[in-house]
Amino acid sequence: MIPASFDYVRPASLEEAVAALDGAGEEAKVLSGGQSLLPLLRMRLSYPSVLVDVGRLEELRGIRDEGGHLAIGAAATHDEVVRSPLVNAECPLVALATATVADPAVRHRGTFGGSLAHADPAGDLPAVAVALDMEFVIRSSSGERIVAARDFFVDYLETALAPGEIITEIRVPKLGDGWGFHYEKFHRTAQAWATVGVAAAVRVSTQGGRHIEEARVGLTNMGSTPVRATEVEAAVRGAELNGQAGTNGSGGGGSVNGHPRSQEGAAPGNGNGAGSAPHGGPGPRGALRQASELAAEGTSPPTDLHGGPGYRRHLARVLTYRALGTAARSALGG
Amino acid sequence: MTRINVTVDGVTYEEDVEPRLLLVHLLRDRLGRTGTPIGCDTSNCGACTVMLEGRSVKSCSVLAVQVDGQDIVTVEGLASGGTDWHPMQRAFHEEHALQCGYCTPGMIMAAIDLLKDDPDPSDEAIRKGLEGNLCRCTGYTNIVRAVRRGAHSMSQDPEAAAAGARSAEEL
Ligand SMILES: Cc1cc2nc3c(=O)[nH]c(=O)nc-3n(C[C@H](O)[C@H](O)[C@H](O)COP(=O)(O)OP(=O)(O)OC[C@H]3O[C@@H](n4cnc5c(N)ncnc54)[C@H](O)[C@@H]3O)c2cc1C
Ligand code: FES
Ligand code: FES
Repeated sequence: MIPASFDYVRPASLEEAVAALDGAGEEAKVLSGGQSLLPLLRMRLSYPSVLVDVGRLEELRGIRDEGGHLAIGAAATHDEVVRSPLVNAECPLVALATATVADPAVRHRGTFGGSLAHADPAGDLPAVAVALDMEFVIRSSSGERIVAARDFFVDYLETALAPGEIITEIRVPKLGDGWGFHYEKFHRTAQAWATVGVAAAVRVSTQGGRHIEEARVGLTNMGSTPVRATEVEAAVRGAELNGQAGTNGSGGGGSVNGHPRSQEGAAPGNGNGAGSAPHGGPGPRGALRQASELAAEGTSPPTDLHGGPGYRRHLARVLTYRALGTAARSALGG
Repeated sequence: MTRINVTVDGVTYEEDVEPRLLLVHLLRDRLGRTGTPIGCDTSNCGACTVMLEGRSVKSCSVLAVQVDGQDIVTVEGLASGGTDWHPMQRAFHEEHALQCGYCTPGMIMAAIDLLKDDPDPSDEAIRKGLEGNLCRCTGYTNIVRAVRRGAHSMSQDPEAAAAGARSAEEL
């Protein structure tokens, strides 16, 4: 369908963008890559009065190393994030999850900030944002403010952004050494959104037997906002890895450096999610398995044609186990 | 109305457009490039794929005003001199990679985009690279075969291959 009429401005600077939004009232919308907004406009599910296009603003592009964190420009495309040597080296979980977003053509246009601002709980990046405690740098005519990921996602497609506010960059804290990462996405067909997804970061120690020292787990599509699985995180601390999922099996997380498309096929978490289960190990009573059983605690997963809450809770437990196992394996270098 | 400048298949146009005009409608209805079809309302099918600044995009999910000053190549701009098919077009013909042909322009553009990163892709990489393009009749086996053949002939004939890689600087 053809969208309803709207006005369009493409400001030349962030300053101008803020001013344009300020003058335009509540019905104005920021346009970045348009990969969520244009489908909505085409289906006439959204009727903005004016679109303020920030997609080409230099101030919102690029990915910088700021020492303790990476600053990812809100208008950096998914494709730029997946290819970024900085992201792959310092925050590989972001690259792993972004590589599963949509398809190559959508990744050429869609942006990191747009994806997060859209706040679809089925989107792959919000869960990573809460798992890694990202921070959003937000500008408006009244200045700059910084919002933590846990306060940013308010409800289904709803964020802490007020009218007139623009995300300029997203800060991704570096976790340091000893961590492994994995994003496990379960989806029905290649291009589909996640039925459930699990973002895991695991720090493994080899002192006094291999064990998990610390873990971060974020869940995609297990509620109206991304969920941090804090009970799993607490329960998995100290889990022994000898003879466990973490130490056997092949493949592993790691980065998607180099040729994202050709390596994607081999990376776990694509396909139908069946390929990367950590086989072997002591079975259902293993410490990782036990911790993963808590993945659905306190969640209210949605119902849609791909499944109901019960099915999603089951998926969350199984996928958390796989994600933790693969992340632990990659922390151990393999 | 907003005035935009776009280069499509090597020709520069100046057009006054409504902000809501989709790139695919600019191409088809205003510039006569009907080789780029529209297959869906949901940004899923990929039939409308074109190159924007040298990389694949779904032209139904881009506004014409967003491409002001930029360079577009459609399936109609691939044949060199307008007559000699691009190796990827020939490969689709030779491998019988189409039935109704509706998805073909998008498949060809996505395939050429894929080869820019991975000139000799595995079958798995081809399937991943084309995941944003749906075919409702041929089935994907011949399409994958065609992309492999196209990749092979492009590696033999880099000049023809470059036709699909035209970017703003090169034109
Ligand atoms: C076929 C298809 C499949 C997809 N599959 C997936 C998938 O598997 N996983 C997934 O995660 N996503 C998926 N997506 C969505 C994709 O990731 C989008 O790119 C993303 O959701 C939106 O980014 P954008 O830059 O295109 O934002 P836009 O569409 O431009 O904007 C989206 C929203 O964010 C707001 N916004 C954008 N930028 C800013 C900013 N800087 N400050 C404040 N507000 C802003 C806009 O006002 C709008 O409300 C898919 C999309 C398509 C079309
Ligand atoms: S018409 Fe553009 S994706 Fe279907
Ligand atoms: S040939 Fe008919 S849709 Fe692909």
